[in-house]
Amino acid sequence: MANVFAFAESRGGELRKVALEVVTAARTLADATGGGEVHALLVGAPGIAGKAAPLGAHGADVVHLCEHPAFANANPEAAAALAAQLLKQTGARAGLFPASAQGRDLAPRVAAKLGVGLASDVTAFSAQGDAIHAKHPTHTGKVIATLALTGTPALLALRPNVFTPKESAKAGRVESVAPVADPAASRVVVKEMRGGGKAKLDLSEAPVIVSGGRGLKAAENFKLVEDLAAAFGNAAVGATRAVTDDGWRPHSDQIGQTGRVVSPDLYVAVGISGAIQHLAGMRTSRTIVAINKDKEAPIFKLADYGIVGDVFEILPPLIEAVKAARASRG
Amino acid sequence: MKIAVCIKRVPVMDVRFRIAADGKSVDETGLKYDVNDFDLWAVEAALQLKEKTGDGEVVVFSLGPDAVQEQIRKALSMGADRGVQLKADRAPADPLSIAKALAAELKASQWDVVFFGKVAIDSADQSVGPMVAELLGLPCVSAISSLDIANGRGTAKRELESASEIVEFPLPVVLTVDEGLNKERLPNLKGIMAAKKKPLEVKPAQLDAGTVNVVAMELPAERAAGRIIGEGAAAVPELVRLLQTEAKVL
Repeated sequence: MANVFAFAESRGGELRKVALEVVTAARTLADATGGGEVHALLVGAPGIAGKAAPLGAHGADVVHLCEHPAFANANPEAAAALAAQLLKQTGARAGLFPASAQGRDLAPRVAAKLGVGLASDVTAFSAQGDAIHAKHPTHTGKVIATLALTGTPALLALRPNVFTPKESAKAGRVESVAPVADPAASRVVVKEMRGGGKAKLDLSEAPVIVSGGRGLKAAENFKLVEDLAAAFGNAAVGATRAVTDDGWRPHSDQIGQTGRVVSPDLYVAVGISGAIQHLAGMRTSRTIVAINKDKEAPIFKLADYGIVGDVFEILPPLIEAVKAARASRG
Repeated sequence: MKIAVCIKRVPVMDVRFRIAADGKSVDETGLKYDVNDFDLWAVEAALQLKEKTGDGEVVVFSLGPDAVQEQIRKALSMGADRGVQLKADRAPADPLSIAKALAAELKASQWDVVFFGKVAIDSADQSVGPMVAELLGLPCVSAISSLDIANGRGTAKRELESASEIVEFPLPVVLTVDEGLNKERLPNLKGIMAAKKKPLEVKPAQLDAGTVNVVAMELPAERAAGRIIGEGAAAVPELVRLLQTEAKVL
């Protein structure tokens, strides 16, 4: 029997999709190692209790709930102290975190508190005797390392959008837990949150990404990329480094070696030549479409479906055709 | 202002990597190396902070074999004052082992700011900075894309998924640097000459065995060769058909 800890990330009083991914993965690991309990931790401002139910429905036996006004925004100092204590108290064999912006900040702190190693950005894992093995892309995704974690607990941060949330037959119970470190006394304080409204689909969660490069020629032409994303309905907009360096799009939209790494179901590269720097961020997309005027562009070596031609001629009819296809599907 | 910057020597990534005969490391034959991209921005942030405050010292740390001296010298040629190599055969796979060795060295001095790059693009752990902060008992802000430090306090911006947060923190602090904070300066000839005379101390890294080991490395599955389905707007109906019937994403 091995218990597994799962950190359930929330933002602005709502669970993030990665929370369900991490809890589902924790359930899988607990079941594979003798059917131990899954202990999820959910922290937030008062009222977050109302969001605990989906965690139980995705396999958490116990949702440890800590409500505090100073958990309204991310509070990694207080969250790390609480996570470390729960990992010890529950005798967890493993602790799972999301490899999100917040998770990659939090998990290393917990690892250092507990004196154990951490595997980050994990795309697959399994129990192998006393160790837990984790696959972890390195060298900008050009190499896959398999890591053996021999510490207890073994800590893993899971890449978003890789582990599919799955409902479980079990229904978890909720237990209130008091903070270990006073959340109001944290030295680093979030003063302001910008953006993040529910309306905007994030690159790490979007099933479809439409991404633009220099081939769009000017910032205002990104409207075509946005319109194509809107036509798909479930798409986010990305960009190349050249485009974010020129200030056409914010740095947070950059996909590539020094930006975001994404693996959507569909990636549409518009006016992108396919520099190695960019390919590092999107090569694991399930289906890749490329539209570029240069038939020798490296992106075509990767593209499942390439169209050679002028993006300004191709995008308007494509936008209409995608709209029509979705409308006819109902 | 006393500022530390921790940097890593990483392979230049525009190559096709090969797995070494041991099956659990990258074949280093023919690889070129440079300072990790994010660490260059960390060095730049440290230099700008020193320039703004008008006094102080920027000390560069790197853990690894003697070859890392090349990367330390590059940081010195950009303007850092001195360097420290924590000598080890290689950087271990366990980020906590690296963090412990760096923390053991850093705690011997009082730092106002300890900078790291957000992530090393080879091992891709993104863990050592926050771990060092925890081991030193310092506050930490990771992945910053803006920074303002004055009167013993600082404000920084962190990029999240489709959002950002503005955070305030006291000094001393550990900061990890994301892309967008700055553009690193290029070393000039004067800087390169000066760097040759700057102090570079070599000390053994205090590495423990750790609890993370690489048991295998492999190359990812190759994608099927690309396919061009047509030219111009005339190819749009065929693309939509394939997205519906073959890829089943529409």
